[in-house]
Amino acid sequence: MKKFFSTSYLVLLLVMLYAPIIIIAIFSFTESKVLGNWTGFSAELYTSLFSGGVSDRLIDAIKNTFLIAFVAATVSTLLGSVAAIGINDLRYRKRRVVNFVNNIPILNPDIITGISLFLLFVSLGITQGHATVILAHIAFCTPYVVLSVMPRLVQMNPNIYEAALDLGATPMQAMRRVILPEIRPGMISGFILAFTLSIDDFAVTIFTNGTDGLETLSTFIYADARKGGLTPELRALSTIILVVVLLLLVVVNYRAARQAKRAEEQAKQIKNYSRR
Amino acid sequence: MTKTNHIIEICNITKSFPDKVVLDDVSLNVKQGEFLTILGPSGCGKTTLLRLIAGFNSASSGKILIDGKDMTSVPPHQRPVNTVFQRYALFPNYNVYDNIAFGLNLKKVDKKEIEVRVKRALKMVGMTDYEHRDVQSLSGGQQQRVAIARAIVNRPQVLLLDEPLAALDLKMRKDMQMELKEMHRTLGITFVYVTHDQEEALTLSDTIVVMNEGVIQQVGTPTDIYNEPCNAFVADFIGESNILNATMIRDGVVEFMGREFECVDTGFGENQPVDVVVRPEDVYIIRNTEAAMFRGVVRSCTFKGVHYEMFVETLDGYEIQIQDYNCFEPGTEVGMMIKPADIHVMRKERTENRVEGKLVDATHVEILGETFECAPVEDIESGAEVDVCFGFSDVELTDDPDDGISWGTIRFILYKGDRYHLTIRTDDDEDVFVDTRDVWEDLDEVGIKIAPSALRVVRRNNQ
Repeated sequence: MKKFFSTSYLVLLLVMLYAPIIIIAIFSFTESKVLGNWTGFSAELYTSLFSGGVSDRLIDAIKNTFLIAFVAATVSTLLGSVAAIGINDLRYRKRRVVNFVNNIPILNPDIITGISLFLLFVSLGITQGHATVILAHIAFCTPYVVLSVMPRLVQMNPNIYEAALDLGATPMQAMRRVILPEIRPGMISGFILAFTLSIDDFAVTIFTNGTDGLETLSTFIYADARKGGLTPELRALSTIILVVVLLLLVVVNYRAARQAKRAEEQAKQIKNYSRR
Repeated sequence: MTKTNHIIEICNITKSFPDKVVLDDVSLNVKQGEFLTILGPSGCGKTTLLRLIAGFNSASSGKILIDGKDMTSVPPHQRPVNTVFQRYALFPNYNVYDNIAFGLNLKKVDKKEIEVRVKRALKMVGMTDYEHRDVQSLSGGQQQRVAIARAIVNRPQVLLLDEPLAALDLKMRKDMQMELKEMHRTLGITFVYVTHDQEEALTLSDTIVVMNEGVIQQVGTPTDIYNEPCNAFVADFIGESNILNATMIRDGVVEFMGREFECVDTGFGENQPVDVVVRPEDVYIIRNTEAAMFRGVVRSCTFKGVHYEMFVETLDGYEIQIQDYNCFEPGTEVGMMIKPADIHVMRKERTENRVEGKLVDATHVEILGETFECAPVEDIESGAEVDVCFGFSDVELTDDPDDGISWGTIRFILYKGDRYHLTIRTDDDEDVFVDTRDVWEDLDEVGIKIAPSALRVVRRNNQ
């Protein structure tokens, strides 16, 4: 009986969590203009999405979204990795302070970040557009990259950088040949995370995209839905994005799990050797 | 010619971190081709000294010359030295071959030559055929061999080794010690080796540098250091020893354990307080109590393989450690003798505590971060900077740090036959030296009390 309740509780929870997403996916395979009407199975929305059946504005929004996500993720991966290396070299107390400061933007509500950046750009007299959106996305993505690179640095033997210098490598060579390969997995995870965060973002984008009609998917969908009825093709697009993000998440988690397992095996090995 | 040259000259190096002085005006010369070991307890500054030679840290002041050239501010990759780290520090993303070839690749050495040299280095450390192994799959000992090969393949003028064997088990450590010694002989380059293991230092070195608290205590050959320790710290740190309070009566005569002994040391003056060291194997123990210099009763006897280790309590209440091939049962009354040449006299570093403080009023003085009551002081005005002296035995220690007026942590314990000589580090990094018969443990936190009458307040003599 107890088992029955706990199982049904879990099922209920999962249904609540995933029903909205699943409904979108299901209704992407029907032609009805109104969400909620099932008019028989059809892949028409997908065909239409890719054969120009949607407005140019939507196409632009998609292009913008991926361009912004790619640039923002690339730049924040570079900034975040460099920052993580710097933070890792700090002495204990300073490191704790900087880590705390790094976590504030993560905990800060997006809407606040958006308003603050908006005010900042306005007060500095910067015309808002692509550049400001990208800068804003870099700003909120970088702390996540720091968080995903940091564990790699912490578990790295601190002497290997010195060993490289000792063997004649300049600091740059040591960084490229020794440190970079060590933190690369963290950087890749950080990049993927930043990329999905950027695609996903609405609150920050809406405050920083200016008045020249720059739109990303999220702002386009928002405007579209408010104008009365969602463009049907968006159901198909949402489903595609959902699948892509899901795949990326699976990759990130799989990598993290594999790393954890490898670290564990190493620890076990070392223990075995020292016992021998 | 090169035999007498100094490959490394360390001149007046001081290294301080914001909260601590790690090296205090250290000067040291390393001869070309020698095996020099820096020996000391953890936290004595030995690793910092090695890191300064390698260039990983920079000194607060002072100069380092390698091969006659000033290297004080030269970055590590331009120094003619290579380092072997305690935790191997192999590059996990390279295999064994690429790890060893790392330095040669950077120097753009011809690929063919790299291969020859890597193979030779691997052979030297007994790791032939391991080229293509992943370094993570190797045992600790094998990883350290690869790390050594990676360093020596570059033919450095000096090989720096930072406790390279500390992470290995005893058997492996012994094997590697012999191999290192052999390697030093074959390569003919200078080795600077850091360790806290005194046995390892005695086994391997041509020269030993004993360090404590950021200061070099003694430099000498292993036999010098063992037979002629220059102070109680060295005597206690290297090997087993009986260290006792003594008085130098005059040249050749020293008094300890309540009687006078003939000795060979001279030049200490007359009636001077000194320390004497007698190694346990240098005390002769005999059944015939008539012929003995002094007598006692055996308290314990432990078999140690080659010899027996005995603790004997003398009739005057001193405990002496003795090593002998013969076993004397506990309870046996025995006689003991010490040859004049086996008594080693050392100058005392201090005969009482002297700390800096401030006179609060006529009967109170501020020392060790707290206010202590003292005997009335008449000729010094309140608020003056003063020195306060008190004897080793005048300090009373309490179990609970809160029971004392000030408190500290026990950092060093020296047994002196009938009492313990403790070094207590207070909260503000001041040292208080205490003689006590009570047994305390290292790192115990204790309260410090001093009787008002024991505190002697003197005006600070400004230099």
